[in-house]
Order: sequence, then C-alpha cells, then structure tokens
Amino acid sequence: MMSFGINKRAVQAVASLVGLAAIWQIASLFFPPFLFPPVTAIAKYVWEILTSWEMFLDVLMTSGRIFGGLMGAFVVGGFLALLLYSSRTLENYISPILTFLQGIPALSWVVIAIIWFHGVEFRIFFIMLMTTLPAFTFQILGAIRSMSKDLYEMTLSFRPRRMQLFRMLYLPTLIPDIITAWRVNLGNAARVVVVAELVGATGGVGYQLLRQQQLFDMAGAIAWTLQLVLFVLVMQQILTFLENHFLRYRAVSERA
Amino acid sequence: MTNVVEFTSVRKTFRSQTDGGDFVAVDDLTFNVAKGEIVAVLGKTGCGKSTMFNLLSGLIAPTSGTVRTNGHDPFTDFEYFRGRIGIVFQNDRLMPWRTALDNVLLGLEILDRPRQESVEIAKGWLARLGLSAHENDYPHALSGGMRQRVSLARAFAVQPELLLCDEPFSALDEMTARDLRAEFVRITKQNHNTALFITHSINEALEIGDRIVVFHRPAKIAFEARLTKDTSEQEKVQLREKIIEVLAGEKRMA
Ligand SMILES: Nc1ncnc2c1ncn2[C@@H]1O[C@H](COP(=O)(O)OP(=O)(O)O)[C@@H](O)[C@H]1O
Ligand SMILES: [Mg+2]
Repeated sequence: MMSFGINKRAVQAVASLVGLAAIWQIASLFFPPFLFPPVTAIAKYVWEILTSWEMFLDVLMTSGRIFGGLMGAFVVGGFLALLLYSSRTLENYISPILTFLQGIPALSWVVIAIIWFHGVEFRIFFIMLMTTLPAFTFQILGAIRSMSKDLYEMTLSFRPRRMQLFRMLYLPTLIPDIITAWRVNLGNAARVVVVAELVGATGGVGYQLLRQQQLFDMAGAIAWTLQLVLFVLVMQQILTFLENHFLRYRAVSERA
Repeated sequence: MTNVVEFTSVRKTFRSQTDGGDFVAVDDLTFNVAKGEIVAVLGKTGCGKSTMFNLLSGLIAPTSGTVRTNGHDPFTDFEYFRGRIGIVFQNDRLMPWRTALDNVLLGLEILDRPRQESVEIAKGWLARLGLSAHENDYPHALSGGMRQRVSLARAFAVQPELLLCDEPFSALDEMTARDLRAEFVRITKQNHNTALFITHSINEALEIGDRIVVFHRPAKIAFEARLTKDTSEQEKVQLREKIIEVLAGEKRMA
C-alpha cells in the first residue's frame, strides 16, 4: 500500500517534468533557438558537461564551494548555538545581530566581499558563510533547546564525562535536526553560490552561466543551471540516506 | 548500622515565578535511610518528593542543611557517585534510538566496563525481568510494562549502592504494577540494595517498604512506621487507616 503510494508519487513527478519539457519543446518550434532551444540541444549540452572532465570540473568546483560554505556555517553555527544556549544574556545580544544578517541579500554580500577581500575563494566562502550562518545557528539552537530534559537527567544520574554525555545523548538527539538543517540550507546555498561566483571567479557554474549570457546561448545556460539542480538532488538523496540510517529505529517502530 | 542516606535540617526554596518571593518545597527535613533498607515515601502531589530526589541525585543543591549519601555530598561530589546511584523514574526514559539491550548497557558504558562483560550483565538483567526475547527491540515496539522493566534493568545493572524510584509503576495498569512490585522487592532484597521508593499509593507503600514515611507539604515528615516480616494483616489494616488519617489531616490544615 505504502510502496504503491510512493511509486504513484514518483510517476506523477516524472510525468510533470516530462510535461514541462514537452511544453518547452513545442515552444522551440515557434521561437528562435536563442530563446527556446530544442530539448535535444539542451540534453546534448548536459551530456557534454557530464562527460567532459574540463567542464565537469566547473561543477565540482561549485559543489565544493557550496559544501565548504555549508560546512563552515555548520561548524561556526554549532559553536555559536552552544554559546547562545549557555547564556540567555549572550543570546539577547547576539540573536538580533543574526536576525539582522538574515535580512541582507546575497548580492549585498557580494559587493561587501569584493571591497573587503582579495582572494576569490575567500570572498565566495565569506558570502556563503554569511548567508547561511544565521539559519544554521538558529536551527541548531532550536534543536539543543528541544532536547529532552528527562533523558538528560536520566543520563546525568550515571555521572557521564562530558564527552560521554555528548556522544551518548547530545549527538543522537541532535543528528535528525542537524540533517534537516543541512537539507534546508542546501537549497539556499545552491541558489546563493552562483551569485557569489560573480565576485570574479574564473570557474564554476556561476562563471559559466555568465559566459552563456554573453554568448546568448540559452541551451548552455539551461544545461549549466541543471547541473546545480542535479547537485542539490544528489545531496538531498545522500541526506535522505543518512536520515534513514540514523532514524532506522523509527522505521522499525512504524513497521511494528 | 550505617546510614546510606542522611538528610539533616534540609531546606529547599525556589524563587517563585509569579511574585519573586521564595517558595518552600522542602522544610527542615531530617531523616536517614540505613543500609539495606527499603523506605517507601508517601505524600500528595506537589509535597516535594521529587525535589527530595533531585537533592539526593545531586541535580540541585539544598538552600540550607546537608544531604549526604555514603557520607558524600551528591551535589558537589559529583564524580564520587559514578555508578553508585540508580534511578527509576515514573516515565521509563529509555533512549528511543537504543535497543532494549543497549538501553540497559548505558550505565555500564558510562562506567567504562569491558564490553563483553557488560553485554553479559545486561542480558542477565533482561532475562531476570523476562525480556530475553526483546533484547533487540527498540522501545517503540515494547509495551509500557516492558519498557519500565527495561528501565529497572538499566538501574539494577550498575549494581548501585542506592536505588531511587520515583513512582515507577504509577503509570502502569494494576496487574503489571503488582508483578513488577513483587519483582522489585525480590531483586532489591537479594542484592541487599538500599532503596528509596516514592509512591502516592498506600497499598504500594505497604507492599514494598520496610519503613513507611509520610510527607506533608512542604516536604517534612508527618508520620513514620516500620514494617517487618511479622507485621500481621490486621496491623497493616490499622496502619493503612492511620496513614489515611495523616494524609487527610493535611487537607484540613491547608
Ligand atoms: N525547579 C523548580 N522551580 C520552582 N518550583 C519547583 C521546582 N521544582 C519543584 N518545584 C515546586 O516544588 C513543589 C514540590 O514539587 P515536587 O517535588 O515535584 O513534588 P512531588 O514530587 O511531591 O509531586 C511543587 O509545588 C513544585 O511546583
Ligand atoms: Mg513527583
């Protein structure tokens, strides 16, 4: 019953995407290729990117930047969250700043990064960090806050060392929320990264997109965009796998 | 006889959320628990029983007076109590991501006991509590009674010098609770454990305690009685009447 439901959903999802491609294909019959190139041209371009090492390197580069930025935001955000958790006063001072940062558009960070810093990679890292840090911090803080006081007291009654408490209680309770936080921030980061790459990158999906715009090559623009979508899909799949792995006890209970 | 637990003129106040004044949860409480004794603590909800437990388990410090377990202060001497206290709570407090066996292993893991030996001990406890077939089940898949058995096994597994039970069976149906009570007394006596057992059921107190202590609010002793093997049913009935009177007496004062 359940697997049927999932299959049905998958079929519907594929059908809707095929429908979109079909509409595009029909449009390509009526418009010049620089506006609506045929689907086959886009597919050919996508294939080219995936099979040419040189082009695929651009995809990897962008993926690395997304991942690096998220990792940085995760580590700094985790640290900040612990800090805020430890002191209400600190939270009262730092939260407004994070909320303020959250309101700054990615493009503003691009301008700031270009003026402040020289290295291209550092500029990109900075932009990725600043745009994802507030959300990561708030999400981790929320996860820590919602941790079970009951389990905490129970564990404490055995007098664990700090590391034991972290490994046996904090980590297992926080992992599901941390995965969710990554999921949410991943989509955000994938959108921001192409903007961040406008700071003078000479490689990466953002750089390639800019080139396609100058060449008026719509097939290329779409093909490069699809790389990002593909990257997000792959990462989501990995996160789902991790989630299923860490939450397998829930699956067991649902089957029971 | 050595005392495992010693409360001396313990007072615990909480800052009131509403008026900022002090709310007295425990007032001038003095009492001892001797080694090997099972003391049942009776009292109405909110009379400070759990607060007394938190003082004993070192989660909070007394406002004044002293709390000692084996002569050590549970709040400041945090390290000393590694593996010496076992607590069974009203709710089972099992870690949902650990199997029954792994939940029982928690305390032993914290004490750095060798893995092989720990697994054997944990399996032994699950067997004694009739859960051998459920070692690898996750808590979600177990009934309330089974889960509470696992949490009993978890507390017993570290061979604590002091067992603290905070209404552990009150959420279970009467049949299950009765079985577990009998098992609890049997195991505690076999192991010569010292135990403090909180309950709001007079029958449970009579079944479990070597001694019964009745609390009035704020936690202070209003009545105390000792039971032995020789205590007759007749005497228990009288005791029961007396306890009801003491508990009811508080209502009139309040
Ligand atoms: N951390 C706390 N802060 C403020 N008041 C508390 C706290 N813990 C307990 N109390 C109060 O102390 C009283 C005794 O609570 P408790 O020990 O849990 O009672 P019992 O376990 O006997 O039902 C209650 O009125 C409760 O509201
Ligand atoms: Mg209570």
